[in-house]
Amino acid sequence: MEIAGSIFVLIGSLIFFLSSLGVIRMPDVYNRIQTGTKATTLGTIFVLVGLAFLSPDWTAKLAVLLVFILLTNPVSSHVVARAAHFNKEPMSPLTIEDKLEAKEEEA
Amino acid sequence: MKFKAAVISLILGLLIWLGLNGTIGRDVLITGIVVTVITSFFFIGTGIFTDVRLTPKALFALVAWLVVFLIELIKSNIDVMSRVVTPKVRINPAIVEVKTRLKSKLGRLALANSITLTPGTLTTDIEGDTLFIHWIDASDVDIEGATRKIVGKFEKYLEVIFG
Repeated sequence: MEIAGSIFVLIGSLIFFLSSLGVIRMPDVYNRIQTGTKATTLGTIFVLVGLAFLSPDWTAKLAVLLVFILLTNPVSSHVVARAAHFNKEPMSPLTIEDKLEAKEEEA
Repeated sequence: MKFKAAVISLILGLLIWLGLNGTIGRDVLITGIVVTVITSFFFIGTGIFTDVRLTPKALFALVAWLVVFLIELIKSNIDVMSRVVTPKVRINPAIVEVKTRLKSKLGRLALANSITLTPGTLTTDIEGDTLFIHWIDASDVDIEGATRKIVGKFEKYLEVIFG
């Protein structure tokens, strides 16, 4: 039980580590949000599942937390991305197409 | 159908309350019921949950959607991790435009959230039935191709749940 929980928490922290590495390595704000959102979501899931193994009494609470994170994490990253684009945050030169830009210029 | 939103919020509120408490004692249950009944009173007549369908088929689709979603989430993480650790960051980003068939607001919210959490895609803006998506490895920049690749997986389930 304890070993299983510790392994889950370890995998979760590894995912967190890689995601923070991604935030440093990606070239522009949008790609950074990409690594930030996805990895922290799965990392949190793993850490919470590991905690549920370590102390089974908390399982219901952890489940509620998990649902909240799954609902709010994408929303917040969406808002940040949208604000960045409205603010004309420069995109990486690798970017091949920007349909949103074209639409905003039309309007 | 005036009370549908109130009933759903009552059930959800009670579940969250019991989850946070972690026990089903008499005092806990009574407090929870009193408070959730009072709060759900404010939901009467609001249209928040009117799009949700409560048929067995919709519940089945909900489970199927959750399974697909979790698989996609893990796939997306492996994908992003591999991009992060390779010596040269190989990305091919673009903001593409996709169309959705979903009509309800809640359904579109669920779709945008699922897209954000799946491989290399991030919803940047929604306008009507058009979603603007930042794609870390854009293989198809025209509307039809991108719609099929990004939206197709989730839409068929969400269509059954939310319409």
